[in-house]
Amino acid sequence: MSSGISILVIDDNKIRASIIEEGLRDAGHDEVLLVHNMDGLVRQISEINPDVIVIDLENPNRDQLEHMFQVSRAVRRPVAMFVDKADSQSIEAAVDAGVSAYVVDGLKRERVKPILDMAVSRFNAFSKLSKELEDARTELADRKTIDRAKGILMKSKGLSEQAAYDLLRRTAMNQSRKIIDVAQSLVIASGLLGD
Amino acid sequence: MGQLTPVFAGFIPLLDSAVLVAAKEIGFAEEEGIALKLVRETSWANIRDRVAVGHFDVAHMLAPMPIAASLNLTSLAVPMLAPMILGLGGNAITVSTALWQVMSELGADRNGDPASTGKALAKAVARRGENAGTPLRFGVVHPFSGHAYELRYWLAAAGIDPDKDVEITVLPPQLMADALAAGQLDGYCVGEPWNTAAVVAGTGRIVTYKQAIWPDSPEKVLGVTRKWAHSSPETLAALMRAMSCAADWCADPANSEQLTSLLAGPDYLACVPDLCRPALSGNVRFGATTSVARPDFLKFSGGLAAAPSPAHGKWFYDQMVRWGQADYSAEGEADVRTIFSPALYRDALQIEVLPPEKSIRLFDSVPA
Repeated sequence: MSSGISILVIDDNKIRASIIEEGLRDAGHDEVLLVHNMDGLVRQISEINPDVIVIDLENPNRDQLEHMFQVSRAVRRPVAMFVDKADSQSIEAAVDAGVSAYVVDGLKRERVKPILDMAVSRFNAFSKLSKELEDARTELADRKTIDRAKGILMKSKGLSEQAAYDLLRRTAMNQSRKIIDVAQSLVIASGLLGD
Repeated sequence: MGQLTPVFAGFIPLLDSAVLVAAKEIGFAEEEGIALKLVRETSWANIRDRVAVGHFDVAHMLAPMPIAASLNLTSLAVPMLAPMILGLGGNAITVSTALWQVMSELGADRNGDPASTGKALAKAVARRGENAGTPLRFGVVHPFSGHAYELRYWLAAAGIDPDKDVEITVLPPQLMADALAAGQLDGYCVGEPWNTAAVVAGTGRIVTYKQAIWPDSPEKVLGVTRKWAHSSPETLAALMRAMSCAADWCADPANSEQLTSLLAGPDYLACVPDLCRPALSGNVRFGATTSVARPDFLKFSGGLAAAPSPAHGKWFYDQMVRWGQADYSAEGEADVRTIFSPALYRDALQIEVLPPEKSIRLFDSVPA
């Protein structure tokens, strides 16, 4: 089953690009091409002749791409996805997700919208994954810092581990700060004082 | 003073983002009750889109962008305004050292006189045509930009047809110098520090500059949607007061070194300070052996000089019409005059009387 719509995905992030490609193929689009390299983009686009171009917003070449659509005779004239003000929700969802799309003029909205929705949801899923990874890293780093702060208190005040943690927690509460912030200050101060 | 009002502003890492950066970093925004959040962006298309969907309240914009958006000439077009000018001048036209050699032999002025360098380029282009060489390729940062119109004006004034005799393409500013070095471009018009980047690398030569082509003309503006300007008039006014003070701070030579290290920092241009220094100090290196004192090369100013003028807007609109980007209409012109109206800025700064609208004078204008 082929949708007959050819889709070009321009994304420097190869993992994200593959995630989008997979989603589009699963949805029955078998003409999906990925481009990571912006060199010779005009030539590549005129060869591929895509109906839809999906591009990430981190890509610095969007201005070049839009200019090319305006002037190039080698490329069929795509327009930005959202010419219709009624699409304002889709526009916001896409920009929030960090993706933009260009569609060859005349292609029916009903055929294109599922493609964009797919790209948006895959971009969001990717951001969520990245954030979870980042959070996990931060959490690990935070735990290490708190452990170090506890160690400092245990050593300098002769406290038990539980008592050291309670002291950190109480100090944080009384100062309306987070435990990690108090722990960080303590670790820095202790470092300055040469432990 | 109570709670600060947050204002989100998008910017592109260029020297003329200085007024926004100083407003935040030196504390002028906070003095006006504003918590200014600056977000670095990677393309003008992103600036446009994120202003349109409301991620940004305001943005560092190419002066023609609010016009292009209001006249529906680009995608995601929403009506916008350019209530304040963020900088005058600051762009230059750089050519490859190979092209400069040819131009130099054909009599190009070493100090950037646009009439002289344009004439030399025209001869170089004609010679290339006789030898059936490929047309020269020039880069600009955006189709609706001061860069595009300055380059085209300069070329056309020398008798070169920008659409037939040369090729003009679009590239992100930070990639220009590399494209020149790689031979993908023969020249480009860009803001600083990306001309200096090619001169320092030994691959480019500045042949003329914005202040010489159109003296004291606006380059970047504060861009806002009309919707935001109407819904948050007090915040906009406070922001413009803060930015007027910030611009005066940027203009003071005593602050030039601090501004240089601030802009070169990791949150802004993230480059070596030496790249930022020439345009900010006014000692501009045009080539390997030519440094020229141009104190007003990139001019910041608060007060009256930051007020937009309808005549500026009209000039940009005329260029859009001249180069086939827009069809002229009387309504279009009236709209453009509104976009570049000084009224909001005048009211915010409580300026009693604005000087009369000056006529536009470019390097080849015949004195009236």
